[in-house]
Amino acid sequence: MTEFWLIIFMAGGLTYMIRLSFIALHGRWQAPVWFVRALRFVPPAVLSAIILPELLVADGQVFLSPFNPRLLAGVAAILIAWRSRNVFVTIAGGMLLLYLFQFLLG
Amino acid sequence: MNAWPVLGYLAVPAIKLQIEDCRALKRTQLLKGIQYTLPLLIGIAPFGMIYGVLAIKAGFPAGAAQAMSAIVFAGSSQFMIVNLVAGGSPWPVVVLTAVVVNLRHALYSASLAPYLKHLPASWKAVLAYVLVDEAYAVGIHHYEKNGLAGHPHWFLLGSGLAVWICWQASTALGIFLGAQIPAGWSLDFTLALTFIAIVVPALRERPLLVSAVTAGVTAVAAHALPYKLGLILAALAGIAVGLWSDRQ
Repeated sequence: MTEFWLIIFMAGGLTYMIRLSFIALHGRWQAPVWFVRALRFVPPAVLSAIILPELLVADGQVFLSPFNPRLLAGVAAILIAWRSRNVFVTIAGGMLLLYLFQFLLG
Repeated sequence: MNAWPVLGYLAVPAIKLQIEDCRALKRTQLLKGIQYTLPLLIGIAPFGMIYGVLAIKAGFPAGAAQAMSAIVFAGSSQFMIVNLVAGGSPWPVVVLTAVVVNLRHALYSASLAPYLKHLPASWKAVLAYVLVDEAYAVGIHHYEKNGLAGHPHWFLLGSGLAVWICWQASTALGIFLGAQIPAGWSLDFTLALTFIAIVVPALRERPLLVSAVTAGVTAVAAHALPYKLGLILAALAGIAVGLWSDRQ
């Protein structure tokens, strides 16, 4: 019970400090060049590390197969995102395709 | 006769008018910020609902689940937290993973900092609190287009406020619905889709693409590591290979 709150306040406090960091320190502190360069890769690296297992891992097993509806819908969504660059179209298209593949492969 | 009182008398309505003008402008900016963020709420609302549902399923008390949306206020990390807690990870691992997932906000902070430097500390504190992916995306676009003309911080506040209200409301709805949403709807898949929509269009340069692919493949290969440590390993691998590719 207390552990829930510990996690919430620790994660919340640290997240807030991350968001405030450069805004608060602007003009007073210059981040090292390597750090700023590394930061550029954080969003693609972290988000891809979340996305791919969502598509490829089912029940703790790697499911690399044309019969994996999440993989098919995910790959299709990647193409949709690439072409449309639109958040809503990607999410709506991905969900509809997931339902379609689940129905076809179900 | 001293002319100053007369001038003062003339100046008062003018100043008052200016203040009112300024207020109207700020209100317009706030509303515009909300309006420009509305399309993104379609992606946020189901996301918040699913978070609420999963948090309850992971054993979080309703109050704590709602408080997390207000205190952490970062969807992807909240999903990871709930996921890890459900899997029985020790709290330092949970907190560390949340920090790694949210480290990208440092980038948002750095890119907005020059635009916010003239603001008082209280404004900086509030805007940092609402600096989530969607508010940043809408806000930075506005700053890059319009610069500092016309109180753009009110626009950013409006955007953050829209996301905040939507996130709290959808969390509450998810908590309320709890287990009533059938697993067959596969709503958890919107997490992957939202991230695909954010990441894929940004992979226009080779080092970024290399970084993303490395991290993704590492995460799949390391999926069996305990406490989802594969995520942290994959993120570090992706960043390292991205930096290396950048030097080539």
